[in-house]
Amino acid sequence: MLAAHNSGLVADMETMLHITTLHYLVLGAALFLLGVIGVLTRRNVVIVLMSIELILNAVNLNLVAFSRLWGGVHGQVFAIFVITDAAAEAAVGLGILIAFFRNKETVNIDEVNLLKW
Amino acid sequence: MAPVATPFFFYLLSAIMLIGGIAVITRKNPVHSALALIVTLLAQASIYLMLYAPFVAGVQIILYAGGIMVLFLFVIMLVSIERSMKERQFNSQWVVGMIAATALGGLFIAVYTKGTSIFPDHALSVVEDNNTQEVAKMLYGQYMFAFEIASLLLLVAIIGAVVMAKKRI
Repeated sequence: MLAAHNSGLVADMETMLHITTLHYLVLGAALFLLGVIGVLTRRNVVIVLMSIELILNAVNLNLVAFSRLWGGVHGQVFAIFVITDAAAEAAVGLGILIAFFRNKETVNIDEVNLLKW
Repeated sequence: MAPVATPFFFYLLSAIMLIGGIAVITRKNPVHSALALIVTLLAQASIYLMLYAPFVAGVQIILYAGGIMVLFLFVIMLVSIERSMKERQFNSQWVVGMIAATALGGLFIAVYTKGTSIFPDHALSVVEDNNTQEVAKMLYGQYMFAFEIASLLLLVAIIGAVVMAKKRI
């Protein structure tokens, strides 16, 4: 029984020391979770937009990790397209933020409630 | 070149990324959040280098950390932040938000503990010399249509940003 316990501990260290694709996927999932928490709980619109960028980066990490796993560069090309898309979306989102701030002089999303019934 | 001390660099870079991510969502000052996000993006570019993707790492540093985050900092400068820093930071439905995030985290844990058998044990040996040439061949060959659509998307985004930020349309 002592030998079985010892091999379990050694096997755990082996799993932690040998970096596989799963390690990168778990890191991407953790970043995605942080971005989701930022989108759902913050009041400042700029920080919500930055949390969306965190989510997009987590997806990019998944794509590049899978591209390394299966060979070829398809995942990396997809990641480049995601970065392009994130740039366009950040530009338009910040333009909307500036237009909104010009009208209402606040950056709280709790005060965007004109359509509330 | 053979990789050296991979677990040390992976855990160091992932710790930097996670601490930067936590700093993005919890800081009161948006400038601090933007700087923490820049640190996270640079650490992520280093992880791309560990994954044998030097072109995507270069694009990430130039475009994301050097373009998008500078745009964020400009907009933070234009929008008056002092008044928003004195108010409450977390909105009124943060409890439901944390419950939803916990559910999502549980889903991730369930997926990643049960699905480990579909990944092969070793990664394919990747030649790291011609990465930019391979990406260029793929981008201008097989994904040419998507490339043109992306340029159209950028044109639409430019027009949209200019119209949104004008004083009088």
